[in-house]
Amino acid sequence: MSEVLLQVDGLKKYFSISKDQSVKSVDDISLYIKKGETFGLVGESGSGKSTLGKTVVGLQAPTEGKIIYNGVDVATLNRKEKSIVNREMQIIFQDPYASLNPRMRVGDIIAEGIDAHGLAKGKERQERIYDLLDRVGLVPEHAKRYSHEFSGGQRQRIGIARALAVKPQFIVADEPIAALDVSIQAQVVNLLEDLKETEGLTYLFIAHDLSMVKHISDRIGVMYLGKMMELASSDDLFAEPLHPYTQALLSAIPVADPRAKRRERIVLAGDPPSPVNPPSGCRFRTRCPHAMSICSEAAPVWKEVQANHWTACHLYN
Amino acid sequence: MQTNSMENNLFRPVSPDQKATETIHRPSLSAWKETVLNILKNKLAVLGVSLLLIVVFLAIFGPLMVKFSPTEQDLLNANMAPDGKHWFGTDDLGRDVWSRTWYGARVSLAIGIIAALIDLVIGVTVGGIAGYMAGRSKLGDRVDTIIMRIVEILYGIPYLLVVILLMVIMDPGITTIVIALSVTGWVGMARLTRGQILQLKSQDYVLAAEKLGTSHAKIILRHLIPNTLGIIIVNLTFTIPQAIFSESFLSFLGLGVQAPFASWGTMANDSLGVILSGQWWRLFFPAFMISLTMFAFNAFGDGLQDALDPRNRK
Amino acid sequence: MSHLLDVKNLEVNFKTYGGEVKAVRNVSFHVDKGEIVAIVGESGSGKSVTVQSIMGLIPTPPGKIKNGQVLFDNKDLLKLSKREMQKVKGSKISMVFQDPMTSLNPTMKVGKQIEEGLKVHQHLSKADAKKRAIEMIKLVGIPNPEERYNQYPHEFSGGMRQRVMIAIALACNPELLIADEPTTALDVTIQAQVLDLMKDLRDKMNTAIILITHDLGVVAETAERVIVMYAGMTVETGTVEEVFANPKHPYTWGLMASRPNPQADGKERLVPIEGSPPDLFSPPKGCPFAPRCPYAMEICLGEMPPEFEVVSGHTAKCWLNDPRAKMAQEEIAAGRVQK
Repeated sequence: MSEVLLQVDGLKKYFSISKDQSVKSVDDISLYIKKGETFGLVGESGSGKSTLGKTVVGLQAPTEGKIIYNGVDVATLNRKEKSIVNREMQIIFQDPYASLNPRMRVGDIIAEGIDAHGLAKGKERQERIYDLLDRVGLVPEHAKRYSHEFSGGQRQRIGIARALAVKPQFIVADEPIAALDVSIQAQVVNLLEDLKETEGLTYLFIAHDLSMVKHISDRIGVMYLGKMMELASSDDLFAEPLHPYTQALLSAIPVADPRAKRRERIVLAGDPPSPVNPPSGCRFRTRCPHAMSICSEAAPVWKEVQANHWTACHLYN
Repeated sequence: MQTNSMENNLFRPVSPDQKATETIHRPSLSAWKETVLNILKNKLAVLGVSLLLIVVFLAIFGPLMVKFSPTEQDLLNANMAPDGKHWFGTDDLGRDVWSRTWYGARVSLAIGIIAALIDLVIGVTVGGIAGYMAGRSKLGDRVDTIIMRIVEILYGIPYLLVVILLMVIMDPGITTIVIALSVTGWVGMARLTRGQILQLKSQDYVLAAEKLGTSHAKIILRHLIPNTLGIIIVNLTFTIPQAIFSESFLSFLGLGVQAPFASWGTMANDSLGVILSGQWWRLFFPAFMISLTMFAFNAFGDGLQDALDPRNRK
Repeated sequence: MSHLLDVKNLEVNFKTYGGEVKAVRNVSFHVDKGEIVAIVGESGSGKSVTVQSIMGLIPTPPGKIKNGQVLFDNKDLLKLSKREMQKVKGSKISMVFQDPMTSLNPTMKVGKQIEEGLKVHQHLSKADAKKRAIEMIKLVGIPNPEERYNQYPHEFSGGMRQRVMIAIALACNPELLIADEPTTALDVTIQAQVLDLMKDLRDKMNTAIILITHDLGVVAETAERVIVMYAGMTVETGTVEEVFANPKHPYTWGLMASRPNPQADGKERLVPIEGSPPDLFSPPKGCPFAPRCPYAMEICLGEMPPEFEVVSGHTAKCWLNDPRAKMAQEEIAAGRVQK
């Protein structure tokens, strides 16, 4: 249980937009994910959480930094080893409409990985497809239909079946429920939780829905403008958020109970600044209710303020 | 008492099979089938297809329906107006205009289709390579840049200039026209394909395929081509009539098909001198066929474009 | 007392190549002056189509309003001519959409876009309109209103654009504002700002608001009354307090159980609503929710439930509220049956 499956060291991903300007989508992020753990990653649009997810699974090449999978730096792998690691790390996308090829039958979509790795052929392939459909709550008849005939939740389950087909170890779920209806979100979250047990999966679960992230995650990282702001177990993070950004984020969750006493809402002034020209020092200081003069001068250090509870904020220096 | 228990039965819990709600009741429909259905609903497009089929049918069988050959001269029957014998009349050498029109249709359609197919092959290949390579590596970016520069240069050359230059070094004729149309014609298709591929490449399903270990060849064959095909076919329905028109135009200027071959353009050109003497049929039939074919292709192309538009999907 | 807006027996169909889809089926509800009413439902529940019919925005064809009345100030909006409707739309009812980028004109200064309605409907002079526009920009909480007046939409962030949309919508002091998922495209911290702003403006200007959302949290924090829609029908209506404390429709229960409870430790397994919503192409004969309902009874499959009034103002279309369903009610109370 305590074995580290994935470790990210000083990961940076910059996108250059002109000769001397670049968007620092992911800026010096380090984290580890233990085997069998669900690591939640939250942040608003532009925080770089999706880029981090895509870089971790290798869909984008990092600008700098290391991705260590099962104790080995993935950059040092040879072709054959890389193909195995590639298969073991899969991704589930946010938009169930854009993630399935409209010209392919669902059976062929699910079997894509099986075909690519030559895992099964003919009748066995067929049976695998049916089994995968069943595992995500669909029926064999669905195999011969096209993706546009399905509802959003059904499509998302097809996307999950496609990833499961290659027997992955680690799955990046990139906002898998953001585009789904409320009643369907719970179906998909339960499915992911069940699969984690039966298939022994490890998740990096990216979302902006804090209640869901808390529900599914063991530990949570909070990102803002490409930087990690705070990282703790989900219970600690919700019970005692340290970073002012996390505090504001938690206070903004609408509570579905008109009589509940909710946290005092901290209304953040303004909008997140552009990631092309992030503020000097601490990136959150332009919206921070506790900003001090030092916040613009020096970037706060990443520090373990309480046991296993990390944050980068000058308030805790 | 009896009715009461009936009533109670109605309020007895049942456990519906919730999985049954996953069943899809509508008939299964592939995207291609749906496109065909959508076209069939579009009256103008159906008209376009029907007209095209008629023109093609007559181009094949039209000359066989009369006993006159398109090149046989019959000076005794020159300049006859349309009648029961010569349906479209005869020209100044007594040749039957009906059979010449359909022979001309063969030449015009063949040139249009061949030129468009050459555009298609070159354009899709070049555009596809540029689009697929772009952003993949430093080398890929360079390949893309070089290809696109060449495309831009060719795009800037007026095609009439190319035609005239070609005429200097080659004899006028069908081959020359096809070459002239293809030299610069493919760049539009190349641009279109590149744009499509670039856009598709960043689609989640292509990323997923990459992650699942699908080979480049399979990504191209199963994901990129099928999803670009629709737009390419639509483009084809616009480039074919364009090529037909260009051929007619060049032939009309005397730069095209040479005697004894006839195309709609040369027929129109031949009849210009006699139009004032009242022999309307010699200009009317080829000109009408050109217009009709243009219209038919465009009506069909428009319908196809609408049918493929995902926004029109229900 | 008559209501500000009274929708009666609204039915809207859409034609598709396979036949007619019944998007809205016999929907009735009302909105009073200065009230915030939320319509909750999932995609395909008919909530957007309902408000689009109020605004006369249903494209016909393929859409068709088969039946019903939309009484606004006792006038039936469905019977108005295009021009009369245009007048109502600009001055008495206005609308804010989900995506602020596509609803703003990218080539026109923001200030001018706010002024447009003022000039047409309130016949303000150029100078007065400008003054009012700057006032509106300030009112919706955008700093430096004079400077912002002269900027174009692309110079605004998503949250700011939504504020501009609200400024445009409220410039003419409408009596009713319809907000169709106004915060769905925004981040949580920005969503909180926009919702607070809408409540605040209601307090200041006494504008009634219809808020369409799929987020029960947003409903609980913003609205006074709630209408729950499913498969083109209203399944439950009532005050927010009453519906959240004492929901009477299994679909409402399902929606609530689908979300983790952040108040508790949030780790207990979620209880989703199994299955998928019905295809409105061929909706079930009885209650549309019955095929997914864990408490369904024989009658639910065969007969459409009437509207039961639980307490005054709180209604639910569910057979469980029938006195004859006593047995089922007891079982549910005892431990919420199977599951």
